This record gives sequence, C-alpha cells and structure tokens, in this order.
Amino acid sequence: MPELSCAELVELVTDFLEGTLDPGTRDRFYSHLAMCEGCGPYVDQMRMTVRTLGDLPEESVPAEVRDALLAAFREGETR
Amino acid sequence: MGIEAGEGEQPFPPDSELVARLRGRDETAFVLMVGSWSGGLLRLARHFVSTNDSAAEVVQDTWLAVIHGLDSFEGRSSLKTWVCRILVNTAKRRGVREGRTIPWSSLPVAQDQGPTVDPARFLGPESEDPGHWRVFPQPWPMPSPEQEAVAKETRAVVEEALTHLPDRQRIVITLRDVEGYNAEEVCSILELSAANQRVLLHRARAFVRGRLEEYFAGAKAAADGG
Ligand SMILES: [Zn+2]
Repeated sequence: MPELSCAELVELVTDFLEGTLDPGTRDRFYSHLAMCEGCGPYVDQMRMTVRTLGDLPEESVPAEVRDALLAAFREGETR
Repeated sequence: MGIEAGEGEQPFPPDSELVARLRGRDETAFVLMVGSWSGGLLRLARHFVSTNDSAAEVVQDTWLAVIHGLDSFEGRSSLKTWVCRILVNTAKRRGVREGRTIPWSSLPVAQDQGPTVDPARFLGPESEDPGHWRVFPQPWPMPSPEQEAVAKETRAVVEEALTHLPDRQRIVITLRDVEGYNAEEVCSILELSAANQRVLLHRARAFVRGRLEEYFAGAKAAADGG
C-alpha cells in the first residue's frame, strides 16, 4: 500500500475521528501522522474546531412562547 | 408561574423517568425539558425557515405536537431525538411553504465534492513529494478559559462561518457538533445515510477550520505588525 500524502490525509480526518476508517487506511493514517509535522497540527485544529462549535452559546425562546406552552401542557391535563 | 430556563445544576432525569413524569402531567418535568431543549431546537429551526419569528413558531408547534403525541412515543430512540425529528419535519414543511426546500435526497452535488483544503497548500506533481504541505499549518493560540474575551471572539468567528455553509452542511454540523447528537441520531433525524452524513460533516468542519485559520493568521499578523 502506498503511503498517504498530506493532501489525501486531510480528506480522511473526519472518518478518522469518527472511527470509520478501514484498518489498513487507519494504519497508514497513523504512520503518516507519526512522521509529518504538518498533519498533526491539522488534525488537532479539526478537533479544536469541533470543541469550539460545542461551546457556542445557547439560544433562548421568548418567555411568552414558553408560558403559552406550559398553558397548553396544563390544558392537556383536563381533557 | 412562568417557565424558567432549565439549564443549571439540577440533574436531567433519564428518559424512562422523564417520559413517565410527562405522561403523568408533571409540570416541573415539562418545564425542565422545554427549558433545556428549546434553545437547540430554535437554532436548528432557523436553518430551515426564512425568519426568526417563523423559527420560534416551528419550535412552538413542535412542542404542541410533542404534548399531544407523548402517548405515541415508543422509546425506539431517545426522547430528545424523537422531539428533534418532530422539529425537523415541522420545519421542513414550513420551509416548503416559504419556498425554501433543501434537497436532502440528491447527493453528491458540486458543493459537496472536491478538496476541502486549497490544493495550492500542497506541493504539485512536479515536486519530489507531491501532495505534501508547502507550508505547515501554523499552531493556533487557542484561548484559555481565563481569556474570555478572546474565546468569545473565536466563537463569533465560528458562528459567522456557519452562516456561509450550504444548508445541509450547516444542519448536519449544527446537530453533531453544536447540539451534540451522535452520528446515528443525526442519520435518523435527517433520514440520511451514514456515508452522506460523514461527507456533509467533513466538508462543514473543514470549512469552519479554514475560517478559524484565517482568523488566527490575521490576529497574528496584526500582533506582529505592532
Ligand atoms: Zn502530512
């Protein structure tokens, strides 16, 4: 099996993080990472991107909507 | 009594308990669920419809459907996934009425193909090591938790990047990475194949990474420049 190039590796990062690479490709992925100074940071940056996405602030629903929903839930009670 | 946002210290009950309490018309359980999940549902609804008002209505309609459909919940998915699927179906119908349809079944389309990193970043076929980085990606000065101002700016860059994604990519990355559903749940919510879900997620993440890279490079240039 030929070695992966950096250009190939960057397209496999999500499959790598998802654990869906086949065993042969996963081995090639790891051996490339072990000797490449550019791809390690790239994979880390994809991880940091995911982490930052997980830190986005919560949105909130207007209080009137929430109160109307609670009223609807209460009504369900009396049916 | 109004509904307080449900985030906070109190532990969220497991599905079995939550469903039993909701079926028993326990208002505290309902308030907790609506408070905890509505923010994520609203963020998601916005990707399917044209206005914020319309998105808020989709969320409201979803909860009404949940109230009336609780008895039909069979527990084949988590309650949260079930609620999310109702939201997506409600939002899709609403989107269609507003002339916004998202072509879920047709894949791949042009925007879902091709390299996710600019080919110019790699050495060409004439070189000794084709496909190798010309210049390595530069490390990012990720803000520590104490640097709240910088962290806030970084999140703003990510929020902005999301607005530039094609609809399907934005919806998939929102569900996976912002809202934290797993791959299987996202496939079930959107009726996507596992492979398509991964393609959309990969392209979306690579795009957002690229925006962060530009932001950090710009911040570094500004700092170096004085
Ligand atoms: Zn490499």
